[in-house]
Amino acid sequence: MRQGAAAFLAGLLFAVGLGVSGMTQPSRVIAFLDVAGDWDPSLAFVMAGAVSVHFLAYRVLRRRRRGGGSDAPGLARAPRFPLLADRAVVPTRADIDARLVAGAGLFGVGWGLAGYCPGPALVSLATGSSAVLAFVAAMAAGMAIERFATARGRGETSEQTME
Amino acid sequence: MNEFTAIGAIGPLLGGVLIGLGASLLLLFNGRVAGISGVFGGLLFRKPGDTAWRAAFVGGLLLGGLALVAAHPRAFPPAGGGGSLGLVIVAGLLVGCGARLGSGCTSGHGVCGLSRLSVRSLVATVTFMATAAITVYLSRHLLGAAR
Repeated sequence: MRQGAAAFLAGLLFAVGLGVSGMTQPSRVIAFLDVAGDWDPSLAFVMAGAVSVHFLAYRVLRRRRRGGGSDAPGLARAPRFPLLADRAVVPTRADIDARLVAGAGLFGVGWGLAGYCPGPALVSLATGSSAVLAFVAAMAAGMAIERFATARGRGETSEQTME
Repeated sequence: MNEFTAIGAIGPLLGGVLIGLGASLLLLFNGRVAGISGVFGGLLFRKPGDTAWRAAFVGGLLLGGLALVAAHPRAFPPAGGGGSLGLVIVAGLLVGCGARLGSGCTSGHGVCGLSRLSVRSLVATVTFMATAAITVYLSRHLLGAAR
C-alpha cells in the first residue's frame, strides 16, 4: 500500500515534469530532433535537469546503502535504502549487444516519426486524442510483438539487483 | 535555428527537475528504475507480485495528465498531434517494439541510465537520438512529410 502510494506520487511528479518541460508536444520534440533544420535546442534542458537531479540522488542513495551495515551473505541488511522494498532492482549490465543497438535504433525511428516516446504518450492519454490512443495501443502491440518474437530465445531479463 | 532564449529554457529545465525528482522518489522508496517502457511493459505482461507499484506509477502518470489538462492545457497540442493515424500507428509499433528490444526508452536509458553513468544506456541514448534525428531529417527535408 505504501509502495503504491510512493509509486503513484513518483508517477504524478514525472507526468507534471513531462508536461511542463514540453515533452508532451510532438511538434516541439520534432523541432528538437530537427538539428539540420529549424532547430529548437530547448528540450536539451529537460535531460540536463532530470539527469542532474537523478545523478545526485543516485549517488546519495548508493552511499546510504553502503553505509547501512553488513552486506555479507546470511547477515541482515540494514534497511536504509530503498525505504519500502527489500532491495533495489537496478540494471548492472555493461555489455553492448545487437539487441540493445537494434532496439534503440528502432525506438528512435518511431520517436522521430510521431514525436511521442512512452511517457509523454501515456500522459497525453488524458487529452482524449484519438491519435494518442492509437499510438499507445500500437506501442502495447509493439511490446507484445517483441515479446512473442523473442519468446523462443533465451529467458532474458536485464534487471539485476544493485551491486 | 529557432530564436533561443534563456526564458525558453526555464520550462524544460523545471520540467526536467520534476522528472528527475519523480525518478528519484521511485528509487528511494521502491528501489526501482523509472523507465516508462519497462514499468508499462511489466504491467502488460505481469510477473506475480510485481504489479501494484507499476499500476500505481502508471496511474500517477495518467492522473498527472488529467491535472495538466485542467491546469496547464498548453502542455498539449491544441488539435491533437503526432501526425496521421497510419503514421502514428507505425511509430507506436516501432517505439513499443524498440523499447523492449533495447531494454529501455528515453526515461530508462536517457534519464535513469545516464544518471548511473551506464555505458549501455549511453550507447542506447546516442543511438536513438541519432536515428530519431535522421528520421526527422528524412521525413521533413527529403520526403516532406505533412507537418
